[in-house]
Amino acid sequence: MLDNLQLLFVWAPVINIQIILEGIFVGAVFALSAYGLALVWGVMNIKNLAQGDFVIMGGYMALALTSADVHLALTMAIVIVSMFIYGWIVYVVMIRRIIDQDMFVSLLATFGLSLLMQQVMNLIFGPEVQTIDMELPVYEAFDGMVTIPSSKIISLIMAAVIAIVVILFMKKSRTGQAIRATAQDARAARVLGIDTDRVYAFTFAFNAALCGAAGVLVSIIWVIQPFYGITYSVRTFAIVTAAGLGNLPGVITAGFGIGLFEKYTGMIMGTAYEVAAPVSILLLVLIWRQISMRRNRQVVK
Amino acid sequence: MKKELLSLTLGAMLTVGAAGTAAAKVEGDTIILGSSISLTGKYATNGLHTQRGYDYAVDVINAAGGVKVGGKSYKLAVKYYDDESTPARGAQLAERLIQQDGVDYMLGPYSSGMVKAIAPVSEKFGVPMVEAEGASRSLFTQGYKYLFAVLSTSEQYLATAIDMAAASTSDPKSIRVAMAFEGDPFSMDVRAGVVDKINEYGMKTIIDDQLPADLSDMSTTLTKVKALKPDILIVSGHSKGAATAARQIDEMKVNVPMIAMTHCEAAKVQEKFPNASTGFLCPTQWVETLSKSDPMFGSAAEWNAGFKKAYPSYTSVPYQSAQASAAVYVWKEAFEAANSFDKDTVRDAIAAVEMETFYGDIKFSENGNNIAKPMFMRQIGADSSYSLVEKFGDMTFPRNVNY
Repeated sequence: MLDNLQLLFVWAPVINIQIILEGIFVGAVFALSAYGLALVWGVMNIKNLAQGDFVIMGGYMALALTSADVHLALTMAIVIVSMFIYGWIVYVVMIRRIIDQDMFVSLLATFGLSLLMQQVMNLIFGPEVQTIDMELPVYEAFDGMVTIPSSKIISLIMAAVIAIVVILFMKKSRTGQAIRATAQDARAARVLGIDTDRVYAFTFAFNAALCGAAGVLVSIIWVIQPFYGITYSVRTFAIVTAAGLGNLPGVITAGFGIGLFEKYTGMIMGTAYEVAAPVSILLLVLIWRQISMRRNRQVVK
Repeated sequence: MKKELLSLTLGAMLTVGAAGTAAAKVEGDTIILGSSISLTGKYATNGLHTQRGYDYAVDVINAAGGVKVGGKSYKLAVKYYDDESTPARGAQLAERLIQQDGVDYMLGPYSSGMVKAIAPVSEKFGVPMVEAEGASRSLFTQGYKYLFAVLSTSEQYLATAIDMAAASTSDPKSIRVAMAFEGDPFSMDVRAGVVDKINEYGMKTIIDDQLPADLSDMSTTLTKVKALKPDILIVSGHSKGAATAARQIDEMKVNVPMIAMTHCEAAKVQEKFPNASTGFLCPTQWVETLSKSDPMFGSAAEWNAGFKKAYPSYTSVPYQSAQASAAVYVWKEAFEAANSFDKDTVRDAIAAVEMETFYGDIKFSENGNNIAKPMFMRQIGADSSYSLVEKFGDMTFPRNVNY
């Protein structure tokens, strides 16, 4: 561990740049799926445990499409649209029935969905690890010490574009306003003539589409496997818990923060602890919230 | 009920002891071997490779006159059950083979986990089992008396790579090693073998990272590798480890003189990353170009050709089939050496087996693992082909890839 710290700050400080870049790339992908979760959680109070599996599903769709020689931009569009439709179907079949139930029902139901999706993906695509290799150039800097693959740059740009579109959509469009209104007070929204059932369906489908987009990026820059969803679920939960619901700038900041934290933990403590890093943040945030909200807590007698 | 079963078993055992060849395990002039094998479920592919290896060997041995015991020729036959790739089912079926079907000679299932489930059963009934597909070192530390394995155990998978790194220089102590291993039992076994070798040569470990089970990104480990420039990089984490490593070695343009990893073939790194995988050292249990032979199957190449002829669907034969054939061959040798069907006499004959086969040399240690056959190392060439590396001089060194 001491060796690693020395390496970072004394021997080869230039690798900090590589780690920060990796953290940013990771963070961008996390932010996308985390924002979807924040929406679903905030608007519908559904804690979607299948979040990571939506991501992996998007990844597999991208894999199937690119291996059929579909262009990446078109792949992204097709995945977003079909994941949107898939999300809508899941809402109609399942989520609509549990939306008024308590937290545990939503956790159980989405956990079941997660298992189902994993096994179906395993059946269709097999348990092997797969990846999309676009054979794009890799840029180098600092005498080859820092490498930046174009695939990661492309995915960062895609993530940024999607984030901007989402922000504008939520601010400007009627549907975006309806979502925000429903999140604030579903009953009042209904009174004012907003079809909340439709808003819920749209929100859930929208979340699935965002996850699908994140999945495309994951399959371009890392590898996917039917059972990898859980790590993305854990990360998105950590980010949303840290950032709070319905706070887009917060989610993006937390996404990048957790990405960086993860990479530095991996560098200093070893790769095995990388996955543990977001969980420890989640724990710290919860403890901190517990302490800071103590003042406001009242006991009902 | 239990008592009845016990007395039945005892009775059966006594009969076996007294009558020798009269029990169900030898029917007429046929010796019945039993195996629970994965024909469905997650191990189905490799289970089938194994079964075909068994069947091919049985056919060849029977065609060559079978097994000679007490001056008489016997044919071999294998009774299979499908264990559905679940250990609990495997243990059940092993019990059924032994108790209901009266099988006294077992061939192993596919994978270490399945062997782990079945070995206690065969051990309990004192039935010898020759297995060909369970490599975990932990199988041979339990003190099992009736378990024998023809393949090399997992701690040998990458140890040869350290030998080769040592041979690359006049001063092995100067070698700096980077390691990245997953935390699962198999990879930890592999690591233990590597660490032993590193200590033996007095090499220096400069990176020793553990990889998580949900491994999709090992860029931090590789960043360290780039900064510290080790002489050899060793990775083991099943197919996902090999795929992730190859992909990111490519992306981060990692140029280490020697890179060794397990599961290259399974992850198909030579196909997916033809450039980056150039020069990778990959361990394998067996290669068809091996210069070993025996009177039954001929050379490794002849076994390979014969097997392909029997099963034309294979373009390249997996080593799982080869070692399965070798396990059947061990049974033939043991029966003939024992000249008896008494399972304890046969067990002792297996323990004493010392033979050269197309699959490599076979000689069992006291713990039942094969100590005569080394793990073979192959190197991926620039044309994505695998070539056998028997000593340091055979390999392309240093690995130098133009990314």
